[in-house]
Amino acid sequence: MGIVGSYVKDIQDAITSTFEGMSITFSHLMRRPMTIQYPDKIPVPIQETLPLRYRGILEVDLDICTGCLACERVCPITCITIGIDMNKESKQRYFTHFDIDVCKCMYCGLCSEVCPTGSIRHSQEFEGASYNPAGLVRHFAPEASNLYKPKKGGETEPKLITKVDIGLKYLDEFATPDGGGAAEEEA
Amino acid sequence: MQALLDQMIQDGAFAGVPKEVVYAIAMVLTAVVVLSVFVAPLAGVTSWLERRVWARMQSRVGPNRVGPQGILQWLADGIKNIMKEDIIPAAADQKLFPLAPYIVFMGFLCAFVVIPFGESLIVADLNIGILYILAVTSLVVVGILMAGWASNNKWSLLGGMRSAAQIVSYEIPAGLSVLTIVFLAGTLSMQGIIKAQGWGPWDWFIFHNPFTFCAFFLFFTAALAEGNRTPFDIPEAESELVAGYVTEYSGMRFLFFFFAEWGNLYVIGAVATTLFMGGWQVPGFFDGYPVLKGIAQFVTFFLKSYFWVFVAMWIRATLPRVRVDQLMGLCWKYMVPLSFICLMGTIGFMFMDEISRRVFGAITLGFAIATLINFFRRVGFQFRAAKPEAYWKPHI
Repeated sequence: MGIVGSYVKDIQDAITSTFEGMSITFSHLMRRPMTIQYPDKIPVPIQETLPLRYRGILEVDLDICTGCLACERVCPITCITIGIDMNKESKQRYFTHFDIDVCKCMYCGLCSEVCPTGSIRHSQEFEGASYNPAGLVRHFAPEASNLYKPKKGGETEPKLITKVDIGLKYLDEFATPDGGGAAEEEA
Repeated sequence: MQALLDQMIQDGAFAGVPKEVVYAIAMVLTAVVVLSVFVAPLAGVTSWLERRVWARMQSRVGPNRVGPQGILQWLADGIKNIMKEDIIPAAADQKLFPLAPYIVFMGFLCAFVVIPFGESLIVADLNIGILYILAVTSLVVVGILMAGWASNNKWSLLGGMRSAAQIVSYEIPAGLSVLTIVFLAGTLSMQGIIKAQGWGPWDWFIFHNPFTFCAFFLFFTAALAEGNRTPFDIPEAESELVAGYVTEYSGMRFLFFFFAEWGNLYVIGAVATTLFMGGWQVPGFFDGYPVLKGIAQFVTFFLKSYFWVFVAMWIRATLPRVRVDQLMGLCWKYMVPLSFICLMGTIGFMFMDEISRRVFGAITLGFAIATLINFFRRVGFQFRAAKPEAYWKPHI
């Protein structure tokens, strides 16, 4: 190809590549944009679309908490503080407070791994904005409430069955290091 | 406009006032009205529309929160910029630095004097209309170079120098492409050029012969380069020069540069429409109704010129920025010789008799329609090949 040939080919390339490029960009006008318009213009709240293993702000289901203090001990930054007292007459132990400081929490997930009943777990909630750090301390026992005591070999109380099942399912899915969905996802 | 004023003076509407004072006041009033009623909203809405179109072409959403679908975004941006502090750097030239945005702005606004929005809707039908536009839009170079120099900043200076080299170079293919039309129309007046065309595409100068068809694309490319638009926006190439000549500007003065850029986009479209696309020409159907005809002419002209604004946005979303050497090579090695060929070819066609000229015009029109059909087939192919989630609505 001589000089004239390459000159003509340059012009031809410029025209055809612009033509093709413009057809591609025009076809994008008919596509749905990828953007998710958080927080308002979305069909379902973003929390509902997050996977079960998402590590959001910690939540505690006090009804199935045995008060074993495993989470408090395992927490590397002691963001969990639990106070337990005993009623001297009925020998019933109860929570005086169960506070989690979300400010300190680093979302490592150790507490939910050691929990025997799956009562402490990561929720799908992540919107933790607050005007002061004290507003981020979650009080899960605002008033004194009794500890959960699983009956040995016996039946679970009917009103707690669903809560226990949720906790065990969570343990299976999230807290078991190689069990549940985690192994399948990685494989 | 002037005829109306003369009539009012003769009727004694301004008794006792010197004629010159009446003219001066009318001129200032016209400028204010044109600027505030037409040009400012036009440039603003263009800036919003560009961001929306550009966003959709990149699978984004774009500004859609201020007002319905974000159409008032330009107002929010403008108010924010006007209320910002006006910073003049200590090392900058204290006189030229504040002056530069106004020169750029003036260069673009003066072009609106001769843009024919309708048969009688024109500020002044100068007999050198198109030459006037080429002249006043060159004033932008002075402003940009002034901004680059006065900022006392290496990026600004480089941007200003690049812009000057670019605009001066691309004046030549733009001028030669315009010259083909001037030869065909036999006049430099904007209204005269439009009156030499008809309302149908077969009467437009773009389909007059194959050479004017090429000249149109050369003109449009050169006009994009003169307007510092992507892919020719090397004066403000953010990856190399921060923001080029606007690096040191902030607030209102910054706004003026971009006001001029988006307004200039419309001027490009309007000039392309006037020269090649038949301007405000409407079918003879409207002849009996003067008001309706005026509206139809304005709408026709506006839609045609805004289509080219859309094409400029579209090109901006498509093509990457060229290098400086590529830019100069494109101008001097390709566009200048090609525009000369177009000019010579058009001169050749002027010697041809009307019938055979019509045949070539019809072939050009047929080629354009075939290209357009092929284009939309390619669009359909690209769309199907990507298997995307379709979303046809313009709003989101």
